Amino acid sequence: MSVGLLLLIVIAVAALGYGLGRRRALASVQGDLRRLHSLPGYYGQSVFILTAAPALLVMLAWLLIQPLVIENHVISTIAPGSIADGSSTSLVLSDVRRMAGGLDALVARSSLSEGDIAALDANSTDVRGRLAEVGVALASDVDPAVFETAKAYRLILRTALLIMTTVVVAVTLAGLFFSLSRIRPDYRARNVSERAVIALLIASSFVAVMTTVGIVCSLVFETWHFFRLYSPEGFFFSTVWNPQFRGGSDLGIWPLVWGTLYVSFIALLVSVPIGLLAAIYLAEYASKTVRAVVKPAIEILAGIPTIVYGLFALITVGPFLRDYFAAPLGIGSSSSSVMTAGLVMGIMLIPFVSSLSDDIINAVPQSMRDGSFGLGATQSETVKQVILPAALPGIVGAILLAASRAIGETMIVVLGAGAAAKLSLNPFEAMTTITVKIVSQLTGDTEFGSPETLVAFALGLTLFVFTLALNVVALYVVRKYREQYE
Amino acid sequence: MTELPLPVKAAKVNARNVQVYYGQNHAIKDVNIDIPSESVTAFIGPSGCGKSTFLRCLNRMNDTIVGCRVEGRIEIDGEDIYDRRVDPVQLRAKVGMVFQKPNPFPKSIYDNVAYGPKIHGLTRTKAELDEVVEQSLHKAALWNEVKDRLAAPGTGLSGGQQQRLCIARAIATSPEVLLMDEPCSALDPIATAQVEELISELRNQYTVIIVTHSMQQAARVSQRTAMFHMGIVVEEGPTDKMFTNPDDRRTQDYITGRFG
Repeated sequence: MSVGLLLLIVIAVAALGYGLGRRRALASVQGDLRRLHSLPGYYGQSVFILTAAPALLVMLAWLLIQPLVIENHVISTIAPGSIADGSSTSLVLSDVRRMAGGLDALVARSSLSEGDIAALDANSTDVRGRLAEVGVALASDVDPAVFETAKAYRLILRTALLIMTTVVVAVTLAGLFFSLSRIRPDYRARNVSERAVIALLIASSFVAVMTTVGIVCSLVFETWHFFRLYSPEGFFFSTVWNPQFRGGSDLGIWPLVWGTLYVSFIALLVSVPIGLLAAIYLAEYASKTVRAVVKPAIEILAGIPTIVYGLFALITVGPFLRDYFAAPLGIGSSSSSVMTAGLVMGIMLIPFVSSLSDDIINAVPQSMRDGSFGLGATQSETVKQVILPAALPGIVGAILLAASRAIGETMIVVLGAGAAAKLSLNPFEAMTTITVKIVSQLTGDTEFGSPETLVAFALGLTLFVFTLALNVVALYVVRKYREQYE
Repeated sequence: MTELPLPVKAAKVNARNVQVYYGQNHAIKDVNIDIPSESVTAFIGPSGCGKSTFLRCLNRMNDTIVGCRVEGRIEIDGEDIYDRRVDPVQLRAKVGMVFQKPNPFPKSIYDNVAYGPKIHGLTRTKAELDEVVEQSLHKAALWNEVKDRLAAPGTGLSGGQQQRLCIARAIATSPEVLLMDEPCSALDPIATAQVEELISELRNQYTVIIVTHSMQQAARVSQRTAMFHMGIVVEEGPTDKMFTNPDDRRTQDYITGRFG
């Protein structure tokens, strides 16, 4: 019986339990709803939850733990001699798994019976050929010992599945009868349902948290690998970025950090004033009709994929800047430049700044404006002296959010600023950022264990720390803002 | 209803045939009223009767509301405040306003009071500004409570203190008329008593117009009362007479609590 079918059975039993529970609750009061503690549906729900939830949890735990236990057992049975030179336990194990899968497929096509499989012997039969029939291609001829392991593995799996099915069905039925037996008119079924909702909500937020933790762990783990191969001093204190895939590379982070900060700085220089002024216009001056047209129009900018911005930078902005500014001034001859990427990224960030600032300015109570107008202030005096100071922390939060977007942006930089790691003050020179280098270090045919590849994780972690710090600052400022009035 | 306002000596504000429209809604109809200077005039009436709307006409705060239109003639010191030559911004310095809910700016107590004088350039030196701030806080009966913490945020004061801070803020621009839109509705009885006492004192220097839902408050602080109902002034006259012997049936009913 497959896992999917088992899942369906559990759900079906639980659904049946819903109907039974509902009916039982109604029967317990002879159909007089008023004497029930909760609505009949809640009794059904409580049965459904107590039937399905424990069974599904058992199943989940089983499926998580089973492979670990079984594979450990299988590994212990593989003779060290079966592991060929240049191979490893994990490769042999994956061969075992694929052979077991192939045997299952053969049985499914009914070209083999269970008895045939037990009799199969890698020495006398062309196992490789038979398995190739069902699409399982093996690299070399099958080692008889490994084949025996695969047969054993397959049997263990079948047994384990059988036990799991039995256990899960038992838990399901136990839950069903237990919860049905609890139904009485004064049973607080709606509270059970309420607790189940809370558990679901907590579990959902837990998933988000655990994902973050998992990402950080994997970054930290790989970064640690990197620093075993490459000295931290060379990474943090060198100003040369020059990866050589033959080895002996210089992997100093500073040119990348500089490029990242430079591009982000220019992007913020463009987006913050424009976005903020647009937000002030929209929130304070624009009529309803203008606002209804302009606000969505600005927000469309946020919906454009960044690769499209990148193309815009590559084809339009870059050559324009080169031909009309950099070349005549004699300060650059490349169409890829920090300025190009910064400008285009700034345009991309305008809606972030303006939309958030607009919301924040709108959140300033009307009574503040009334108070200021009532004292004879003009509109711009009111904006400058009352609205902006009151909204400032929120606006700072918006800017920091835009800044973390800028730091993490990749496509625009690849197409706009180039891929040359450089430390220079000239904004018309090509530079590159951390994100771009992460992509270029991880793409291509390099060995995964080399420092040139692993450096991507160290870069990623650095970037993560950067944006995390910015977000923490943003959150702190926003929280402070909430305490501002009232 | 057709009765004309009683002749009033030294009228500060004269309103003639004032109409206010919110889009299609005719909110104020044919209001004629004279408000004497250096006295407290109370506007009473059930909710939605237009008393706050009329109050906001007097410093042109309705200009900030989209779709609001004012017709007729409102004069302050004989000058039509809806004349083209009148700058509403200047007018509001002359006609101060205190709102229903205390709305101090999220700035320090000092900056709250100094706000008006600063934007109108009323003082030349810091010392003068300090003087104006202190005077205003004195007049608002708040000085003794806040003199040691002028740099603390105005939003940190209690409700009654905040409202007196707002009054101090309005006084600081040396207005001639002070409009108060239910200034005590968000305050507890103790704070209300303090603000009422303050209003009685302010009468000596300012023309105070107060909108209130409390009959007792109108009776306690005002010399004249105007009763609004459905956008018209039903009756207007000396407070004593209004509360003891009103001419209009609706005033009588409202004051005695039979409707509204």
